[in-house]
Amino acid sequence: MALAKLKMDATQARLADVVLPDGAAWGNAARADALARVQAMGLPTKRDEYWKYTDPASLVAHDAPKAALFHNDEGPLFTAVDRVRVVFVDGVFDADASDDLRAEGLEIERLSDAMKTDIHWAKDVYGVLETRGQTPVARPLAALNTALATDGVVIRVTGKASKPVNLIYLHQDENSDAILHNVVKVEAGAEVTLLETGPAAARFSKALEVDIADGGTFHHVRAQGRDHERRAVTHCFARLGAAATFKSFTLTFNGVLTRNECILEIVGNDAVAHVAGACVGDGKDFHHDDTVFVTHDAVNCESRQVFKKVLRNGATGVFQGKILVKPGAQKTDGYQISQALLLDDDSQFLAKPELEIYADDVACSHGSTSGAIDETALFYLRSRGVSHNEARNLLTLSFVAEALEEIADDTLADELRDRLEGWLSRHS
Amino acid sequence: MTALDVTEVKEGVDQETVDAVKELSGNYKYGWETEIEMDYAPKGVNPDIVRLISSKNEEPEWMTEWRLSAFARWEKIKEPTWAMVNYPDIDFQDIYYYARPKSMEVKPKSLDDVDPKLLATYAKLGIPLKEQAILAGVEGAEDIPAEGRKVAVDAVFDSVSVGTTFQAELKKAGVIFCSISEAIREHPELVKKYLGTVVPASDNFYATLNSAVFSDGSFVYIPPGVRCPMELSTYFRINAENTGQFERTLIIADKGSYVSYLEGCTAPKRDVAQLHAAVVEIIIEEDAEVKYSTVQNWYPGDENGVGGIYNFVTKRADCRGDRAKVMWTQVETGSAVTWKYPSCILRGDDSQGEFYSIAIANNMQQADTGTKMVHLGKRTKSRIVSKGISAGKAQNTYRGLVSMHPKAKESRNYTQCDSLLIGDKCGAHTVPYIEVRNNSSRVEHEATTSKVDDDQLFYCRSRGMDEEEAVALVVNGFCKEVLQALPMEFAMEAQALVAISLEGSVG
Repeated sequence: MALAKLKMDATQARLADVVLPDGAAWGNAARADALARVQAMGLPTKRDEYWKYTDPASLVAHDAPKAALFHNDEGPLFTAVDRVRVVFVDGVFDADASDDLRAEGLEIERLSDAMKTDIHWAKDVYGVLETRGQTPVARPLAALNTALATDGVVIRVTGKASKPVNLIYLHQDENSDAILHNVVKVEAGAEVTLLETGPAAARFSKALEVDIADGGTFHHVRAQGRDHERRAVTHCFARLGAAATFKSFTLTFNGVLTRNECILEIVGNDAVAHVAGACVGDGKDFHHDDTVFVTHDAVNCESRQVFKKVLRNGATGVFQGKILVKPGAQKTDGYQISQALLLDDDSQFLAKPELEIYADDVACSHGSTSGAIDETALFYLRSRGVSHNEARNLLTLSFVAEALEEIADDTLADELRDRLEGWLSRHS
Repeated sequence: MTALDVTEVKEGVDQETVDAVKELSGNYKYGWETEIEMDYAPKGVNPDIVRLISSKNEEPEWMTEWRLSAFARWEKIKEPTWAMVNYPDIDFQDIYYYARPKSMEVKPKSLDDVDPKLLATYAKLGIPLKEQAILAGVEGAEDIPAEGRKVAVDAVFDSVSVGTTFQAELKKAGVIFCSISEAIREHPELVKKYLGTVVPASDNFYATLNSAVFSDGSFVYIPPGVRCPMELSTYFRINAENTGQFERTLIIADKGSYVSYLEGCTAPKRDVAQLHAAVVEIIIEEDAEVKYSTVQNWYPGDENGVGGIYNFVTKRADCRGDRAKVMWTQVETGSAVTWKYPSCILRGDDSQGEFYSIAIANNMQQADTGTKMVHLGKRTKSRIVSKGISAGKAQNTYRGLVSMHPKAKESRNYTQCDSLLIGDKCGAHTVPYIEVRNNSSRVEHEATTSKVDDDQLFYCRSRGMDEEEAVALVVNGFCKEVLQALPMEFAMEAQALVAISLEGSVG
């Protein structure tokens, strides 16, 4: 009891000077509702079961810890791809740096504009999927995001989008504290690819709600910036209708603290949901956490979770994955794999791969492994004249490959693979 | 009539498995009651009850103090709620914490003096309290040489130990096997040195309660270099109504020794749920080995979930010395609610822990069980094989921890857990925690479906086997890994388990 009270007092203190952004009635109601939920849940602490392996203190703190700016010598990603660029600088939309937001099959609007409109489709998604994702596990930082988000975009996909949308998050102020909330609605049979790149801010809280109607397809490829001192907590809430497809891949380099949560709810039959991620971390101050929750509430659906972590010099990798198969969700095919490659003796991997199954005609499997590089394979490559570093990098790349294969578009996958190779050669 | 009779079983699940599960968990054979006059302590728990239990056991002052400090702590802590089990609040003041057959008021000098009613109870359960070698009900036991089939039994009836067989013969080998109350009186130096060192009185809600009110249990000490000449076993019987059983077992395997220990338990059918909160501590010194096998068969309640035992147990083995070994084997078929995680602390270098478990839950049963493997020493090894079967409206959860500490270099863990659902009203869950803090250790966790591999099947078929033969060969006999670890004495249960296969498992 004492603990619960401490938590509530801390939450009240933290939220004391919060002022909700103002917009149309529906937006204000969603924000007020979200704030009330945060107050009821309490902000997370290290004692919470779902924060056992990641300390949320710096994500919850009133002020964002400073993060030095990082000069990225590699240049921006995906320049060869014809895309709609939507640029945010330290969490603020930059119209001048962005492309024209009009494109065939897409309706893109700034969140603040949508919230000023009394009747808007985003009303049925904003904060709605986030709320659904709060049970059975509370995600107070997502609710806080819904309440406080200062910017973001709402995207309606009405047909096959003519080009991908690239949300570019630039970091230019070492004290920036960005809170963005994006909403995507994929109409029946429509299809879109969303790219997200960049570090965004010293501290970045981002929520993404994706509502995919029957037969809709959503591809998501994300690369979180190489800034060493940045912190990020991101949530992706997706709801899948019948025969809908959701495929998401995230590549994370560096960062003091990254917590990526992905909460998928499959409500239509025959849907497919894949979520994958790879991270590479070097040094004691690297902490990366993937938390995934897939709920199967329909028949004959497939879900895959593939997560690979390469850790060195005291880096920490966390994976908390869950597949929940509700009663009646027969013919579910659930797969989950989490693997860590520990390149030296100081790094650590903490995992909790869970299954909760209430239907008997399903196939769910999960696996988790952790260990060093295979000495035999290394020896083999060395005996063929490959240098030690090169051999190690080759084996590391092949370890990550299974996750990269989850990216449907080869151009995107190749570019990320190159970046990964670059990282490995710099860090060997 | 069990829920299984009306359940439609999905295609691919072996009918033999369904029948075996029904046989094992559907018809409770031990639900009868022994009519015997009992002495009770007043209902409820408070410092006076703790002192009363202590004085009934004629304990020294330090033991009473130990209990009282545990009780003071227990009053301040809350019941854990993290397990995936639901049950009505337990009224801890509505339980008898001490119940002893009247005939046990004066401690019998030998087994010959024990109340025939009590002896008859154990005989009916198939547990002979005579120093005879034949194992009741075990087919083929006659063919085994006399030396190999002796089992010493400590029989615990509600709150007291009724008697312990073969004590004299064991004494010759230097082995101490007696009730824990006797050990506290006769071997206080050993008890003082080891009690509470593996499961401290402050460990968790139920262990703390147990530390305050445990009434009896078994004590085993195997001296250095001794291989225990026979299997040791304890049989726990709850008989009295509204009584909680709080037993405490302490096993010490000194350097280079070996012992195999068996535990069995049953209780009568009753409408009111009863609490069983035990603590088992095992200390394993250098080069010693302990095998601990349990067939847990407490009354599971009826098909509507009325009655049954709440089995909230803390079991832990501490491999203190280098090359120490421990093996937990459990077959869990009983209890309305189970909360049990036999664990291994692998402190000594090259020490080994193994955990083999089959948990079968039927009707309204709920089982949340698993293990913890804490790797502290170098080159330590652990292996976890857990099979969970749910039928009826039961919920079966595997919950486990594998922890590799930074200093546990070159350690290994392999975990496999499989679940089988029979019917669409039950649930099977897996909650593993994996913490790896060095890179020379390897940890592998898998929970995969064991569908028949087509390639293997094709290979067998190409060698002229018919389909059925091929499937039989390829399908991994579901429980075989666990069965191989079960001692001879559990052959009867093992025979029933052989029929179970994991064909059609869900993950």
